[in-house]
Amino acid sequence: MALVTSENRGLRLGARYAVLVLVAIIFIFPLLFMAMSSLKPDNQLLLDTSSLRAFLPVGEISLDNYKDAFERAPIGVFVFNSVLITGLTVVLTLLVCSLAAFSFVFLDWKGRDVIFSIILATLIIPYETIFIPLLLMASQLPWISTEGLEFGWLNSYRVQIIPFIADGLSVFLFVQYFKDLPRELIEASRVEGASWWFIYRKVVLPLSGPVIATAAILKFLFMYNQYLWPLMVVQAEEIRPVMVGLGYFTDQLNVPWGEVMAYLTIITVPVLAFYLSLQRAFIASVASTGVKG
Amino acid sequence: MRLLIHTTMLAAIGFASPALAETELSMWYHGAGSANAEEKLINQLVDEFNASQSDWKVVIETFPQLAYNDAVGAAALAGELPDILDVDGPVMPNWAWANYMQPLGIDEAKLEGYLPGPIGRWNGEVYSVGLWDAAVALTTRRSTLEKYDIRIPTLEEPWSLDEFNSALEKIKASGDFEFPLDLGMAWKGEWYPYAFSPLLQSFGGDIVDRSTYQSAEDVLNGDSALAFGEWWQGLFQNKLVPGTSQDGADRETGLLEGKYAMSWNGNWAALPVVEAFGDDALFLPAPDFGNGSTIGAASWQFGISGTSKHPEGARAFIEFALQDKWFAAFSDGTGLIPVTSTAAADTANYKPGGSLEVFYGLSENQALVRPVTPGYIVQAKVFEKALADIANGADVADTLDAAVDEINEDIENNKGYGH
Repeated sequence: MALVTSENRGLRLGARYAVLVLVAIIFIFPLLFMAMSSLKPDNQLLLDTSSLRAFLPVGEISLDNYKDAFERAPIGVFVFNSVLITGLTVVLTLLVCSLAAFSFVFLDWKGRDVIFSIILATLIIPYETIFIPLLLMASQLPWISTEGLEFGWLNSYRVQIIPFIADGLSVFLFVQYFKDLPRELIEASRVEGASWWFIYRKVVLPLSGPVIATAAILKFLFMYNQYLWPLMVVQAEEIRPVMVGLGYFTDQLNVPWGEVMAYLTIITVPVLAFYLSLQRAFIASVASTGVKG
Repeated sequence: MRLLIHTTMLAAIGFASPALAETELSMWYHGAGSANAEEKLINQLVDEFNASQSDWKVVIETFPQLAYNDAVGAAALAGELPDILDVDGPVMPNWAWANYMQPLGIDEAKLEGYLPGPIGRWNGEVYSVGLWDAAVALTTRRSTLEKYDIRIPTLEEPWSLDEFNSALEKIKASGDFEFPLDLGMAWKGEWYPYAFSPLLQSFGGDIVDRSTYQSAEDVLNGDSALAFGEWWQGLFQNKLVPGTSQDGADRETGLLEGKYAMSWNGNWAALPVVEAFGDDALFLPAPDFGNGSTIGAASWQFGISGTSKHPEGARAFIEFALQDKWFAAFSDGTGLIPVTSTAAADTANYKPGGSLEVFYGLSENQALVRPVTPGYIVQAKVFEKALADIANGADVADTLDAAVDEINEDIENNKGYGH
């Protein structure tokens, strides 16, 4: 049996860090390429792609691409719209799906398992396959506004938010997590006379940080990256999200790559900020549930 | 107090009256983010139309070009099309066939003297009209041709196939350039059918049989098309042109930097060439490969949507746009070709003696619209893939046969596309 010496431990630790650094570099290279390219003129950017210069701030460096990108498209409006749409959808998803999961796990009602199975089955249906019927439905749905009853949801924020609030994956994540919570806590609360609403708010939710973070991040990424749906249902520029805005950077023949990279760098900031703010809880959830992002 | 209320009410009615008299017309435009003068000119056109009368008010919504056609398709499905549509010329027959558009209903006498490309016809009726056209030329330098003792071709006497091949070989043999010719392979999509199908047509082939529009058999894979395919592949195999992996930057500046001796490029890229080479710049007609010299035609055009409740208003706007004043303004702003000779005379670049005058002649004499069929949108993609595959070394006959099968199957699936 080999002895574990402090020298061996040091070597192992060194090797582990070397691998981790290598993996980190692989993951950070695309971001680095994007950020560095956003500072270079197009001809230099394309020439640099064949060497390591692509990842370095070398050559003719400036913020011109950012200036041109802001002149080309109302980037602030697009980012605001995406953050608003994504933020609202995430909050409402967490509320609706966690309540649904709570009901599936802790309440006993007729048809519960069948309904849950149906919700699970929706996981295998890609959203794109239901977009056409969803579009037809959304164009006829009623809505009560300040101007009274109107029909048709197209060209609005609500059509970008409401269809995505309830989703099978988030319900599934919450159900799996709630099942692992100690039943004794719930039973003790019931014995003490707590209502289900109280238990949901004061017992279950405070223990659900990791799954809330996971569901929030997955939903955030899905909503922030939406392209096809807003393209189909939104015509007004003032409510377009960031991914549709990417189209402003290509015309029939030319792509201003520097400006594209500047735009991508700008719209990546909210995603990174959101992920970093929930990183600890997300990792804890991945570790405890085995869910991959 | 009562006086104040009455005054306020009267003022409110007074302000509201003009708005009530005006009917709003929605208009979609494809050039959001195009970072050129076109979007500004469109807005100016709309503002002037709105100010010129009190019946209609055009409200414009701009879309990125990448998403435009998909947005129109989705809106048609949901019954949410605008009154006025902006449409790419070769796509128009598809939209007309699908009832996304209705005939313009304008007096065709008003279109007399127009270049052929900017008028969109389908089933014998005019569905769309554009304010400009575009043309492609072989761009080079007089000094280059003279140096290698190559005849300068004219509209009346363009290069023959042998002359063109010989010119490329001579330039290649000199070793002075990376490639004798730049075809613009860095550009994808519509560039292929727009720029390269005229070369196939000059060989005697075509994307689809225009006499019936029911098949591509014999036109896209007949003897003429096979001859074109072999010649096309030879350009790449013999290193006479850059391949499909060409850098976009080289496409932009390769001719100016001396990497290429000639470039197959449009009038929109001509002004930097004139600025760089001055009188030495040459814009030559397409070669005649046996069946005449041909270049692509058609531009983005205005039309009326099939569901517009106010076609008369949409028509009034389009007729307002059809003035030499606007053709000239668009040409001066964007560098594109004005659609009438009278407007051309008022432009900086296309007036007699103007630096781009030659392009008006090319458009007038050589331009041929792409196949006028709803199936074109599929056929264009099939053609693009086939040409890229052949350029990359695929078997010519097999590739063209496969392209024909795909096009014919699509026509059959769509029951002949209404021809």
